[in-house]
Amino acid sequence: MKAFTTIHSSAIPLPIENIDTDQIIPARFLKATTREGFGENLFCDWRYHKDGSEKADFVLNDLTYSGEILVAGANFGCGSSREHAAWAIGDYGFRVVVSSFFADIFKNNALNNGILPVQVSEDFLQKLFASIQQNPGTEITVDLDNQKISFEGGKASFDINSYKKMCLQKGYSDLDFLLSLREKIGAFEM
Amino acid sequence: MKNIFDKIWDAHIVQSVQDGPDVFYIDRHFIHEVTSPQAFTGLRERGLPVFRPKQTIATADHNVPTEDQDKLIKEALSRLQVDTLVSNCKEFGLELYGLGHPYQGIVHVIGPELGITQPGMTIVCGDSHTSTHGAFGCIAFGIGTSEVEQVLATQCILQQKAQSMRITIDGELGKGVTAKDLILYVISKLGTAGGTGHVVEYAGSAIRSLSMEGRMTVCNMSIEMGARGGLIAPDQTTFDYIKGREFAPQGVDWETAVMKWKELPSDPGATFDKEYHFDAADIEPMITYGTNPGMGLGISQRIPQKEDLASERDGRQLQKSLAYMNLQAGQPMLGQQIDYVFIGSCTNSRIEDLREVAAFVKGKKKADHVQVLIVPGSQQVREQSQKEGLDKILAEAGFFLREPGCSACLGMNEDKVPPGKYCVSTSNRNFEGRQGPGSRTFLASPLTAAAAAVAGKIVDVREYL
Ligand code: SF4
Repeated sequence: MKAFTTIHSSAIPLPIENIDTDQIIPARFLKATTREGFGENLFCDWRYHKDGSEKADFVLNDLTYSGEILVAGANFGCGSSREHAAWAIGDYGFRVVVSSFFADIFKNNALNNGILPVQVSEDFLQKLFASIQQNPGTEITVDLDNQKISFEGGKASFDINSYKKMCLQKGYSDLDFLLSLREKIGAFEM
Repeated sequence: MKNIFDKIWDAHIVQSVQDGPDVFYIDRHFIHEVTSPQAFTGLRERGLPVFRPKQTIATADHNVPTEDQDKLIKEALSRLQVDTLVSNCKEFGLELYGLGHPYQGIVHVIGPELGITQPGMTIVCGDSHTSTHGAFGCIAFGIGTSEVEQVLATQCILQQKAQSMRITIDGELGKGVTAKDLILYVISKLGTAGGTGHVVEYAGSAIRSLSMEGRMTVCNMSIEMGARGGLIAPDQTTFDYIKGREFAPQGVDWETAVMKWKELPSDPGATFDKEYHFDAADIEPMITYGTNPGMGLGISQRIPQKEDLASERDGRQLQKSLAYMNLQAGQPMLGQQIDYVFIGSCTNSRIEDLREVAAFVKGKKKADHVQVLIVPGSQQVREQSQKEGLDKILAEAGFFLREPGCSACLGMNEDKVPPGKYCVSTSNRNFEGRQGPGSRTFLASPLTAAAAAVAGKIVDVREYL
C-alpha cells in the first residue's frame, strides 16, 4: 500500500446524499478477478450514456473540476461490502473522500486501500461545496499527521483511529500485522 | 451484566490493540466467486496457505445463471469467475458447494440450512447481508476483499468494537403482515443510516414469535439501516431449527452445545448504547417507493410530499428518487402498475417463502403483462419445494421455479429488469439500477409480491386473504 502524506489538491464535488456502492460501481462490473481497471467504470450509470458516450452534465466529465479529493454528501458508500467501490475510487485517482458521514464497511475498505475518509461536520461540508462551486480550483490541504483539513474558507480537524493512521502513514496493511500474530492466534484457539 | 453482543464479542478477542481495533477471531467464513478472487491472488503473491481451511466454506451464487446450470456458463467473464473459484478452492484445499452440488445456493441460505451457522459464533463473508446469520444469535457481518484475505491467512480481522442497539417490537403482527414488513417498517422509521456503527439486537414478543426464516429476513436487512449486524437471542425455536442438520452437533455434543447456547441471551438488566421500541400492531404490509430501503410506507399510504419530510436533505433525496422512479409526490401506491415480480434473494427465498407464495397463488394466475422470476435460495430449497409439489402449483399460476442464485437481486447474471420497468421485489435493495440499468424496484414481502403478480398492479394483500 502506498504511504499517505499530506495532500494539497483541488476537489471534485458530488453534493448527493446516500451515494451507495451500486452507484459507485454497478454490480455488472464486479466480474473481474483482479483489482485493477475499476476507475474506468466509477459512477458508470451517472457518467455514461447507454451507448458509452459521456454525459456532459456529470461532474467527472466536466473539465472545470479535477483533483485527488472527492467531496460527497452524507452517508457515502452505503450498501454492499464490495471493496471494488474503494478500488474504483482509488483507481480513478482519488486519495481522499470528504463527507459528513460514511457507511461503516466502506470506511474500512477505503482505509485498507490507502484512501483516507475524512469525516467533517455537515456545516463544514456545505461551506466546502459552496467554495468549490464559486471557485472550482479551491485548494484543499489534508494533513494526516495533524488530522487537519483546511481550505481558504475553513479549517477542521478529523478523527482517525491511531492504529489506522499509523498504517496509512507507513503504508502498512492489516495483514502484515495479523501475520505476525499467527502463533498467538493458534494459542487462542486452544 | 452483559448483553448478547458483548458476550460473543468479548469471547472472540485474541488481542486488543491499544487505541486501535481488536484482533477479532472468526469461527466461520463464507466465500463466493465475486469478492474472493483478489484475496486468493494476495495469498499466492505472499506464498501463504489458508490458515484454517476447515472454517471456510465456498459456494457460487452471485453471478451464476438460474437456468441450465448443468451447461457451460455462456457469459465469458462470469464463467471465468466461477472457474477461478473452483481452481482456488482446489489449490487451497477448501470445501466448495459449487454449481451442480446438492448444497449449492445463496451463501446466506445454505449456511443456516446446513447447520453450519450456530449460536455464539462469529461469521463473516464478503457480502453485506452476512447479517442474516445473526438470526441464530451470532455476530455476523460483511467484509471487504482485503479482509477476506486476512481471514484466509489468519482466521482473524481487525475490528473496532461496534456499539450496541436494541430494537424491541412487542405485540402481534396482523393478518398478511410478515417479517419482511416488520423490518421494512423499522428501516422506514430509523432511516438508512440509523444503525451505523451498531450491532442491533432484535427483541420483544413479535420477534420471539417469528420462525427462523422470518428472523433471518429481519436480520438480513439490518445493513439497510447502516447497522454492522443484527442478531436475535437463541431460544427453543433456534434449537429446533438446527437440530439434526448436516453440520449440527450430534449426541452428547448437542446437549453440551445447547447448554452453552442458553447462556447467550442478554442478562436481565443489561444495557445498550441505544434503544428503540415499536408496536407490531402499527405495522401494515409495506412497500418502498424510492431508491433506498428507508423510503418505505404502509401499502395504504401515499408517497410523501416534500413538506411532510423532516429535513431539507430528505426533501432533496425524495425529488431525486421520484424523478428516477417516475412517480409523483402524494400519489397512492395502491393501483400502481407493475411489469415484473422477483421472488428470491437471501432475504426471501427460503422454503417458507415459497410455501407462502404457493399457498397464495394456488388456483390463481399471474396477470398477462407481468413477468415473474421466482428463484429458490438453494438446491435444497428447490428440491424440497418439488417434493411438496409447490413447483407445480406455482407453474400453474405462471410462476416457473428457476435454479438457485442471487439472480435479479443484483442483476449480475442475465436475470435483469429492463430500463424503466417496475418490479415488485422480495430482495433487499431498491437502489438506482440495482436490478439492471434503469430498473425501478419496489421492495415488498413475498405475499405482497405474489398478490401484485396476480393483480398486475400494487394491491393490499390483506383484501385477498
Ligand atoms: S441475494 Fe442479493 S443480497 Fe443476498 S447475497 Fe446475493 S447479491 Fe447479496
